[in-house]
Amino acid sequence: MLSKKQIFTKGILAVAPHMFSVIPFGIVCGAIGIELGFSPVLVYAMSIIIFGGASQIVFLQLLSGGASALIAVTSVGVINSRHLLYGAVLSEYLEKLSFIKKLLISYLVVDQGFAESNKFFQKNKDETYLHYHLLGSGGTLWVCWQISTLAGIILGSFVPEELGLKFAVPLTFIAIVVQDIKKLDHVIVMITCGLSSLLFFDAPFKSYIIISPIFALFVAALVLRLKK
Amino acid sequence: MTWFTIIIAGIITYFMRMTMVALIDRDLLGERVKEVLAYVPSAVFPAIIFPGIFINDYGTFIEINDPKIFGAITAILFGYFSRNVIATILSGLSSYWVIIFLL
Repeated sequence: MLSKKQIFTKGILAVAPHMFSVIPFGIVCGAIGIELGFSPVLVYAMSIIIFGGASQIVFLQLLSGGASALIAVTSVGVINSRHLLYGAVLSEYLEKLSFIKKLLISYLVVDQGFAESNKFFQKNKDETYLHYHLLGSGGTLWVCWQISTLAGIILGSFVPEELGLKFAVPLTFIAIVVQDIKKLDHVIVMITCGLSSLLFFDAPFKSYIIISPIFALFVAALVLRLKK
Repeated sequence: MTWFTIIIAGIITYFMRMTMVALIDRDLLGERVKEVLAYVPSAVFPAIIFPGIFINDYGTFIEINDPKIFGAITAILFGYFSRNVIATILSGLSSYWVIIFLL
């Protein structure tokens, strides 16, 4: 049985490699906000209040482009709706926590933290302090996101654009799913999601980000039925 | 006004994170649904991966010889065999840099 501290540390270490994409993305996110003419305090406050990279950038771009507040809020809601899926997966492992603890830990659920902690949970179902892994992974991502957006706000986008570090974002997610390419059912689900994301890329409110997963999960249900 | 909009966006985002963890009783989900949930990572992340590779900053498809395709294939191969996140990301980035800076 691992101690709280050991599991917390494992959470930190599990997301640490993803900083290659999180930190440059945070810097860009902060810098874009300032370039678009928003006040530094406002741009930074989003990192605390919304805490969701892609949705923060889209939100500022929409508002500066003259879109209504309703459209900006709807887009953030659509982009971040995938967290409902993360929550549904994580609830299995967080079930025993008190209501207050569930409310608090939910704030820390983001893509990479969900992915790495979920992998740990699947392999260590019997550990008592499972949620400390999520605190470690989500907490690390939170701290790095705050520091990197702040750095972008203060220093501008000091990472040279020629480096193309935006490309680190798909790479970081490739690293998350790559071991599942040996399972045919998962490959079918991944390809379904990927192709439909390209097909629906121009759908309003960036809704490809949730349409494709829903479509892929239907295919997953179908695959499960065929397997039996 | 912008502040108000950010706070609403934040509350909505927080509810997306919190609802399934804290408000919905897990027993409400059927066995079939729970089985399907095992596919969530495979069903969600390609929607970030594919556009990140195949669609450029201007919202159009990249050419078939784009260095990002080479970088992604390298990352998949290195990632699969090394089982290491850093190796996956760095192999993809460095092979991409080799093409855009050296060739």
